[in-house]
Amino acid sequence: METPRSLSFPRASLSNKDKRANRMSTSSIRAGSPAVHTTSGPSSVQGEHRRKNRIGLAMLSPSVLVLLIWMAVPLAMTIYFSLIRYNLLYPGDNEFVGLENYYYFLTDAGFTSGALNTLWLVGSVLLISVIAGVLIAVLVDNAFWGRGIVRVMLISPFFIMPTVSALVWKNLLLHPVSGVFAAVWRFFGATPIDWFSEYPLGAIIMIVSWQWIPFAVLILMTAMQSLDQEQKDAARLDGAGPINVFIHITLPHLARPIAVVVMIETIFLLSIFAEIFTTTGGGPGYETTNLAFLIYTQALLQFDVGMASSGGLIAVVIANIAAFLLIRMIGKNLTDKS
Amino acid sequence: MLSLKQARQLQTVLLGLLAWGVALLIFFPIFWMVLTSFKTEIDAFSTPPQLFFSPTLENYLQIDSRSDYFHFAWNSVVVSFGSTLFGMLLAVPAAYSMAFFESKRTKSTLLWMLSTKMLPPVGVLVPIYLLFKDSGLLDTKVGLVIIYTLINLPIMVWMIYTYFKEIPKDILEAARLDGATATQEITQVLLPISKGGLASTVLLSLILSWNEAFWSLNLTASSAAPLTALVASYSSPEGLFWAKLSAVSTLACAPILIFGWLSQKQLVRGLSFGAVK
Amino acid sequence: MSDLKIRNLKKVFEGLEIIKGVNLDINDHEFVVFVGPSGCGKSTLLRLIAGLEEVTSGSIYLDDREITDLAPAKRDLAMVFQSYALYPHKTVRKNMSFALDLAGVDKAVIDQKVNDAARILELDHLLDRKPKALSGGQRQRVAIGRAIVRQPKVFLFDEPLSNLDAALRVQMRLELARLHQELNATMIYVTHDQVEAMTLADKVVVLNGGRIEQVGSPLELYHYPVNQFVAGFIGTPKMAFLKARVKGASPHSVSLTLECGPEYTLELDGSQLNVGEEVTLGVRPEHIQVTQSADSPFKVHLDVAEHLGADTYCYVKASTGETLTVRAPGDFEPGLGDQVGLQPDLARCHLFDGQGVAIPKPGAPAQAA
Repeated sequence: METPRSLSFPRASLSNKDKRANRMSTSSIRAGSPAVHTTSGPSSVQGEHRRKNRIGLAMLSPSVLVLLIWMAVPLAMTIYFSLIRYNLLYPGDNEFVGLENYYYFLTDAGFTSGALNTLWLVGSVLLISVIAGVLIAVLVDNAFWGRGIVRVMLISPFFIMPTVSALVWKNLLLHPVSGVFAAVWRFFGATPIDWFSEYPLGAIIMIVSWQWIPFAVLILMTAMQSLDQEQKDAARLDGAGPINVFIHITLPHLARPIAVVVMIETIFLLSIFAEIFTTTGGGPGYETTNLAFLIYTQALLQFDVGMASSGGLIAVVIANIAAFLLIRMIGKNLTDKS
Repeated sequence: MLSLKQARQLQTVLLGLLAWGVALLIFFPIFWMVLTSFKTEIDAFSTPPQLFFSPTLENYLQIDSRSDYFHFAWNSVVVSFGSTLFGMLLAVPAAYSMAFFESKRTKSTLLWMLSTKMLPPVGVLVPIYLLFKDSGLLDTKVGLVIIYTLINLPIMVWMIYTYFKEIPKDILEAARLDGATATQEITQVLLPISKGGLASTVLLSLILSWNEAFWSLNLTASSAAPLTALVASYSSPEGLFWAKLSAVSTLACAPILIFGWLSQKQLVRGLSFGAVK
Repeated sequence: MSDLKIRNLKKVFEGLEIIKGVNLDINDHEFVVFVGPSGCGKSTLLRLIAGLEEVTSGSIYLDDREITDLAPAKRDLAMVFQSYALYPHKTVRKNMSFALDLAGVDKAVIDQKVNDAARILELDHLLDRKPKALSGGQRQRVAIGRAIVRQPKVFLFDEPLSNLDAALRVQMRLELARLHQELNATMIYVTHDQVEAMTLADKVVVLNGGRIEQVGSPLELYHYPVNQFVAGFIGTPKMAFLKARVKGASPHSVSLTLECGPEYTLELDGSQLNVGEEVTLGVRPEHIQVTQSADSPFKVHLDVAEHLGADTYCYVKASTGETLTVRAPGDFEPGLGDQVGLQPDLARCHLFDGQGVAIPKPGAPAQAA
């Protein structure tokens, strides 16, 4: 993560002082020049400039400050809790235990599956949503009847709250007896699948993908509109077929938006919670427990604050590694363009 | 043998049909949810699922008897609008400052703000929970407003920043030459020009807060629980209340779905931090 | 009264000196044009006058009042931007009245002024439209109207015509000239287009690399450029430059040998020149004639001819590879690749020394430092 902004504030005021010194020297030079009416004071440009810098700082700092507190205070508490024995069910001595909590969390039966499930969940949803997103965006880029309605339908799932999509999928679609999927399976003469007991993680991945494909479509569809038609025409004149146009023109054009999709989806997918909470509750066993859910069970179901904190810190570290890689990958692009 | 023109037309029609097929597939769960909300509980649970049935409004009429729907809806409204209001109050000045008084640190500040979004909520769940418990914020709307304001702030700052960056500097300079003070410059020139962008930022913040389901499930119980939590409460009595679940879900999602449809174009910019237009 | 004095003005931006000490006097009612290639500092100079940029050192006086450090709005200036910078959310009327509204001027007075300006600019019927609903030329006029209603001491124009198409540009140019007469105001106008500079200006300021190269009336600049830069910048097509060596110099004449062959004697003060020194001869296309090849010592090859109807511009190449443009009559039909002779009008040629400084011609006005 970046250096906290507050560290750089003193430097800002320093450079202001420099400017003041500069101004004093220029005005002393000017004093020697032929004297005419000299106006200065509060309305002077440089004074104005300095004042505006202060205003700029004053307007920015509330946001920076609250975000800093939001980030630093809980994080510091998490670090502290992770180093002590602290269970809400057994109040009393919160003795310092060093890295014991980390040891227990990392060797807990749930951790390995939690980490693996997180990886599976993030990886497969990213893959599914990006591939589907690109294909759909390209498909919808052609003109056809009812394109506006199609676009609206395609992005709709993104606006459905996670608890609703999880329950609708679980009960109305994936239910092994009266779900729509079961009916389709039966229609083709197959035995309906009990998704949540046979492929619990697969079912979750399906639900989450359904929620996030629209996001990829939304971003990539918009990006497609800025694709230079002349470039495509030139490629066609050069003898490129649709597939070559896709590979050599469309995909490179979409590289940046895809990076944006990957970054933002990763942020949200690392902490998928409500979908698991409302469907499987992390089970059966640990089969659908990701790190977020594991920490939740530790903290709010088993009341083991110390261990949950160590888990939380591990999640932060994992997220930071991902964030670092992602910001390095595309963060520069994001600001350079604006 | 088809002529080139005919082949093209056929291709267009086929691709159009394919797009419609994909769109219907993706939209189907929502369609089915709305459909089920008009079924009786028996129709909803029948095998195979029925596409045709005699619709009933009973589920909607009964929602309030099972749980106080309006209580939860009110919580959702208060929390979404409250956090959006405070978010805007913080984000507009910050974005203004960064867009028009750009310094060497502006870019790193923006990236740092973005990085706070990368902090997984579970990482700070425990301390926030304990802090809220100690300060009496647990299960209060104020508590949720604080959390939502903070988690949406970086996105709002980014979004407004990109809108402000697009305003030609000339216009603000013209205002300055016309004698506008800093305040007049903002209220009479900047804000009116960017009201479209600000409106879509408000929409995005409303959508994100309305649908948020980590903090609302963990920090609220009954008195401050928003609709996300109400819907989650339908997960336990499995199977028996599908039609009612669908009705509640439809009511919970409809407003935001419509918001989303209306603002889809502007949302892209906010969601992609201005990287895609 | 409104005259502007600029003294030793310097602007440093991120360690780079953009304006390198400018001194300039602009008199009341004058139409002054800053002209120069892109990056010469002309826009920066205008923005320093407007107060949109911070002055590094030096001072600006308006009517003997120092405005160097004054806030832009308090300088009694109005500016027309290249992008017009209209407020997109305000109607034409509100765009024009904004400054007066802010200043708290009486409503009736504002209406009067806006209506007057609208009449002058023929915007009457557009007053309730938003800028989006206007054409480029109309937006331009609103931008000017916004400046007019404030009745400033000085009008500033930053390349105001560069976003218009060619035909409209000519029309607006004429309108600006008319406006200047009508308002009888001091105007400062920045452009990179020397035709605009020549047609509009009472006084042209040629800038290059953050310095003033020459200040003078359009014809002064045309007839008596002080150096090779100004000579090459003013006039279309450009003046040709030919390398030469001094053969003999006296206070009344200079004789030279051109690198490409011919020898000429010019009636100039050659007292500062030494025999054998390298100099440059400048010839404008309109001051040179094509003659029969046999009688001329100056032989060139015809490269390209452009027929404009009234004139024909011939692009020719000397034996040294130096290129010249020659203006010939419209019915001139050259054979491309032919060898022809040239006859420059020696009285109207320009001579520059090794540093590119012009050898003063008789009748040249005295240059202020």
